[in-house]
Amino acid sequence: MSTTAFVGTGPRPTIVLVGHGMVGHRFLEALAERGLTATHRVVVLCEEPRPAYDRVQLTSYFSGTTPEELSMTDAEFIETHGIELHLGDPALTIHRDSRTVTARSGLTVSYDTLVLATGSYPFVPPVPGKDATGCFVYRTIEDLLAIEEYARRRATTGAVVGGGLLGLEAAGALKGLGLTTHIVEFAPRLMPVQVDEGGGAALLRTIEDMGLAVHTGTGTQEIVVGEDGAVTAMKLSDGSELPTDLVVFSAGVRPRDQLARDCGLAVGERGGITVDERCRTTSDPHVFAIGECALAADGRVYGLVAPGYEMAETAAATIAADEAAFTGADLSTKLKLLGVDVASFGDAHGTTADCLDVVYADSRSGTYKKLVIGRDGELLGGILVGDAEAYGTLRALTGSVPPVAPEQLVLPAGSGAPAQLGPSALPDEAVICSCHNVTKGTIRGAVTEHRCTTLPEVKKCTKAGTGCGSCVKVLGRLVDDELEASGVEVDKGLCGCFSQTREELYEIVLTLRISSYQQLLDRYGREGARGGDGCETCKPAVASIIASLAPTIGADGYVLDGEQAALQDTNDHFLANLQKNGSYSVVPRIPGGEITPEKLIVIGEIARDFGLYTKITGGQRIDMFGARVEQLPLIWARLVDAGFESGHAYGKALRTVKSCVGQTWCRYGVQDSVRMAIDLELRYRGLRSPHKLKSAVSGCARECAEAQSKDFGVIATANGWNLYVGGNGGATPRHADLLAQDLSDAELVRLIDRFLMFYIRTADRLERTSVWLERIPGGLDHVRDVVVHDSLGICAELESLMAAHVAGYRDEWAETVNDPEKLARFVSFVNAPDTPDPVVAFVPERDQIKPDLPLLTIGTRTLEGSAQR
Amino acid sequence: MTLTLETTALKVQLRLDEDSWFTVCDASLLVPGRGVAALLPDGRQVALFRDRAGCMYAIDNRDPFTGAAVLSRGLTGTHRSRPFVASPLLKQRFDLLSGQCLDDETVRVEAYEVRTA
Repeated sequence: MSTTAFVGTGPRPTIVLVGHGMVGHRFLEALAERGLTATHRVVVLCEEPRPAYDRVQLTSYFSGTTPEELSMTDAEFIETHGIELHLGDPALTIHRDSRTVTARSGLTVSYDTLVLATGSYPFVPPVPGKDATGCFVYRTIEDLLAIEEYARRRATTGAVVGGGLLGLEAAGALKGLGLTTHIVEFAPRLMPVQVDEGGGAALLRTIEDMGLAVHTGTGTQEIVVGEDGAVTAMKLSDGSELPTDLVVFSAGVRPRDQLARDCGLAVGERGGITVDERCRTTSDPHVFAIGECALAADGRVYGLVAPGYEMAETAAATIAADEAAFTGADLSTKLKLLGVDVASFGDAHGTTADCLDVVYADSRSGTYKKLVIGRDGELLGGILVGDAEAYGTLRALTGSVPPVAPEQLVLPAGSGAPAQLGPSALPDEAVICSCHNVTKGTIRGAVTEHRCTTLPEVKKCTKAGTGCGSCVKVLGRLVDDELEASGVEVDKGLCGCFSQTREELYEIVLTLRISSYQQLLDRYGREGARGGDGCETCKPAVASIIASLAPTIGADGYVLDGEQAALQDTNDHFLANLQKNGSYSVVPRIPGGEITPEKLIVIGEIARDFGLYTKITGGQRIDMFGARVEQLPLIWARLVDAGFESGHAYGKALRTVKSCVGQTWCRYGVQDSVRMAIDLELRYRGLRSPHKLKSAVSGCARECAEAQSKDFGVIATANGWNLYVGGNGGATPRHADLLAQDLSDAELVRLIDRFLMFYIRTADRLERTSVWLERIPGGLDHVRDVVVHDSLGICAELESLMAAHVAGYRDEWAETVNDPEKLARFVSFVNAPDTPDPVVAFVPERDQIKPDLPLLTIGTRTLEGSAQR
Repeated sequence: MTLTLETTALKVQLRLDEDSWFTVCDASLLVPGRGVAALLPDGRQVALFRDRAGCMYAIDNRDPFTGAAVLSRGLTGTHRSRPFVASPLLKQRFDLLSGQCLDDETVRVEAYEVRTA
């Protein structure tokens, strides 16, 4: 029994939206922007159990994005605008005469305006066996979850029918699930709609190199089904049989127009609800259709999100009685499929009369670029495979004559080509963000008129870059150019001594192999700072960079050697942690928190003999407090002798890798978390970084080691390890983001190597990974592109830098206690080496010691000296 | 060789009053950019510094903000062409010539005249 609610049109006219996908949601936003949510009642009927999410990024689920992160809807937006959103309740019938819609739950709503945004459905070719167990389509989060579940349970091989855009996405997903993956495409090349033969060939090579099997020019004739009703193989049109446990149909989509057909709205011959330029259906002025379900006025059905957004805007404007029209759209696309950039724009296939091609192809790197040039030299369109860096600029230039020769636009940098054409060359009317149709002029206005001074501000102000994100790079350069032009001085310098950022100094040190702070200051410092003594900000920052790169740039890795001694931060000065009364604390390394009884006894004996206060730290180590400078070498001589080494608790360096007891003892554990924690701690010990680094390894999803609050955290799965990055506890807690999952030991270590070195390379001073991840352009996605997909081509370098660190590691304290010259510095007084600092004194508390704090001189200067003895 | 001998022979001296200079240590014990602490006959402590140009400075070693004798362990630098040290505890900066705190004008530590002889 379903309850039937009937709600009549009240004093406010009602808009009913059927479908809450990306386009539906954009329509709601457009309504809100035009103030229509205040004057109208808005009811949304949504078939899926979750509100609008980013379908374009669906595959990113397999690289760790959660369904929640894909969501485009925040509850606040829906609530603020009083939108009635009904999830999991699709519209079933439309009664145009009474102007009502009835949903599956029985809910009936009267409308004044009805907007259909039902999207499309995947086309499944009518082959025998297409409904067998193990056959899927690839459209919704639910499809994806079902594929994942089935793959984990009973599949080792998967085949995708369709080598177009969605097919490659689906293939990427299957590969991400660890399946041996086949792609079967009827056309003679991959992505036949977007790329030409040359582009298809470049794409094919790269994708085959990734270990995917591609069968082009082949149709699917039959799905072979086993006795249990599940897929076992596919019969192909060339007569061969392809054994597979799972099939994903991704052979295109069709408009979902059944609802419209049932109520007598006109639809096109090949589907799609017929609408006019205002996105109003041609049959009923009260009904609109937008997005993939609509057959636009130019006779096309658009399967891309940008035209869908434009239709959403058009419909909202029309409802608001504003002028707007959707007359057709550009089919430009830029995608990253399986880590390969593919873009096509304008007249990509060169269908214009008398047009000419300019082609650059490099089979070795899988790069293919083609520009289509018109008779008068104007850029008509193009195809980019493997390197689509120039897409944003080229697309915006389409329709105009480029300011440089076309071949210079496709040649790779450094091969005689001039520096890449900047966005400054674009006219104001050029559309930079095609998702939200934002022009260069609007973006410039955001800086000059709305006083935006950062990229995030401009994105918020103009919406540019908030759709597919492909224009963010161009946007960033445009904003910088504009800021510079309007005279806004943005000093991003490290401090008063250097105008460079930490990242820039890192590059200078690495590239020029500079191992001396003074040399760096005198050559690259601000004019007034050259020849000086620097400051307390840049000295430790540069010391850290030099220490991080020591083995590579030929600097001595020992932080207290020569000039480096003068640069180190307070705690590095004496390789111990300075406490409030001038005494130090000592933390030996206890890798993974595992320690033998003998070593525990040694720590106990040392603490007792030197009268130190002991406390267990949060990082599963033991901290001994209250040591005077001259005691440090004596304490460490005994620690080193017992096999301990520096714990670097004093450094901006790796601190600890915490662990739970793991599979060895715990009945829930699925991997040996202690062994992994020890391995990681020993690998990265001593690594100097922009700030301290903390880590943890949990042996199962119960997460007892709290890995998700660490800079890099590892959680065991049945299949390996999940790697989380950018977590933090402290004052601004942040849950770590999943970077990659189900990694083998070797894959895990390689990814962490790259991640840490990329962080060290690009972070600001004293910037923890959590803040860094939020700050860098592109955020987690960019970091994943760089360290997982090697989008910058620097992974080999990052790995070799880490390898050099690992090979060059020496224990600072072992080196110190064995060198009389270094030991000579560990005195309280240069002129009385045997006299302890009398200010350092202690009183008892709870059977241990605590500092006896001297009286302060501030305000009561007469007390000067009275705290002595 | 001679040069090394000469510099090691140089002593760092502090002026304690009108006409008495207190000899602290060999000048070679001062590392440019890094301080050392010295104990005066009356129990007071001094923080001694040497900059990269070879100039020497001395101020009281006590950090007036915490009471700990730690200024000698701070990082030094140049601010508007004047040398300073930043306390290693809470990072307040002190002018090495005058002892004036650069971050709190009401606070000053004693500064001493230094010479090598």
